[in-house]
Amino acid sequence: MQNNQTPEYAIETKDLSIHYGSFVAVSNVNIKVERLKITAIIGPSGCGKSTLLRAFNRMNDFVPSSHVTGEILLHGQNLYGKNVDPVQVRRKIGMVFQKPNPFPKSIYENISWGAKINGFKGNMDDLVEQSLRSAALWDEVKDKLKKSAYELSGGQQQRLCIARTIAIQPDIILMDEPASALDPISTLRIEELMQELKKNYTIIIVTHNMQQAARVSDYTAMMMIDDKRSGGVIEFDDTKKIFTRPKDKRTEDYVTGRFG
Amino acid sequence: MNQSRSFDLTKKPRPGESIIQSLLFLAGVLSIFTTLAIVYELGKEAWLFFGNPDVTFAKFFGTTTWQPGIGHFGIWPLVTSTLITSLIAMFVSLPLGLSAAIYLSEYASPRARSALKPVLEILAGIPTVVYGYFALLFMTPLLQSIFGEKVEVYNMASAGIVMGIMILPLISSMSEDALSAVPRVLREGAYAMGATKFETSVQIVLPAALSGIGAAFIIGISRAVGETMIVAIAAGSGPNFTFNPFKAAETMTGHIARISGGDLSYNSIDYNSLFAIALMLFLVTLVLNLVSQWVVNRFRERYE
Repeated sequence: MQNNQTPEYAIETKDLSIHYGSFVAVSNVNIKVERLKITAIIGPSGCGKSTLLRAFNRMNDFVPSSHVTGEILLHGQNLYGKNVDPVQVRRKIGMVFQKPNPFPKSIYENISWGAKINGFKGNMDDLVEQSLRSAALWDEVKDKLKKSAYELSGGQQQRLCIARTIAIQPDIILMDEPASALDPISTLRIEELMQELKKNYTIIIVTHNMQQAARVSDYTAMMMIDDKRSGGVIEFDDTKKIFTRPKDKRTEDYVTGRFG
Repeated sequence: MNQSRSFDLTKKPRPGESIIQSLLFLAGVLSIFTTLAIVYELGKEAWLFFGNPDVTFAKFFGTTTWQPGIGHFGIWPLVTSTLITSLIAMFVSLPLGLSAAIYLSEYASPRARSALKPVLEILAGIPTVVYGYFALLFMTPLLQSIFGEKVEVYNMASAGIVMGIMILPLISSMSEDALSAVPRVLREGAYAMGATKFETSVQIVLPAALSGIGAAFIIGISRAVGETMIVAIAAGSGPNFTFNPFKAAETMTGHIARISGGDLSYNSIDYNSLFAIALMLFLVTLVLNLVSQWVVNRFRERYE
């Protein structure tokens, strides 16, 4: 195990490849994700963005034929090491999904459930309020905490999902196209929220919306499939550079809208 | 391109469509009509029974001996044995069926599932008369070897347990359908919070599937209350007012089957009493249905 890892990196991958059976979905990814920054993963459909994102919290484990080679290091520990419990990994690395997926419980229970199963012993009311405030949702729901989460609008549901993720105090929050099912105003609110959240959390976001990546992220990883249909990160840099002076011709073509 | 192409928007006769519609309508009406006819027939004959000057509602609901031939009209011994056997059946089938459903839907590999489901379905295909003798010749001796002499040869416990085994595949397959219908994104949301498989299955998936599981329970308990062959063979013949499951006691269905199989003259008090029992059976099932439905609506977690 390495102890000389530079602390500003929240998570890094080393020669990471993700396989489905004999098919290599994502190959040879080497990126270092900086702490308390927003890192965007962009690229055309089917290039493995979501697959890569889901490798960070071992959600791909649920795909029976999947396996991973290489390493993902969280504070020097390989998430795919022999003795690593994926349940523990997911407690450290939370996730917000493409479509809002609140639990069919009350707004309050949506927040408290995760905390409860994670052994939270403190004042639950405070935790719920604090999490909802951090997700900029408290003022809208404080009078209907006992109501079903499904009574909220799509945008509110998505912020509730962010709030429940915050409630378990992860190090990193993964977001898989969190605004793609939302209208422009709700999208804007999520983006503003991300800027707030990055004070305390490292965020990795997958988006197929290039303007969104340019607006919200500090770093951008550009993914593309090769001739064997495996996805890979072809360029990883400051978001500004990716969008203004990309090194790779394919990145330039993509971000300028010449294809994709 | 032809700019002046004309469009024909007038109505076209479609005789096939209206024939199909009326056939479907008739099929629907037929089932409703049959139900109404049964209720009418039951009510009419039961009316004759309650019209008998010896029979009063006070006797019917207030006494505990059922021997219409000699003027005892207390329905309770038949009702309690029906409820006890059905309750035992549900105590067996609900936990086992639900556990099997959770295993099949949440834990089993596709291979295990494709091996296990047909086996469960075989259970559903066994004739109830076979179950009846299974209760009498296997379950009763088994209970006797565990609990000793106090288990009678004919008893409600073995009939109830075997009835539970009979209902098991129904509960498990309906519950599994309900569990599998819960959207995958809900499970993913739970896993992403660091929930274990068990926490996800029991605390997220199960409550979301409760309406389907409730439907399984309702159908299961209706089958148990209405089941005749198993209780007729294994639960005993002769009404007996007891709450001891190891004793013999005849259920409503068992009693109807036995008495109607005998030599009955039309419009005798025994004959008419059968319809009163049947009406009572109908009411018990209805009440159990309503109560279960209320419970399910109270506790289910609705997802869209």
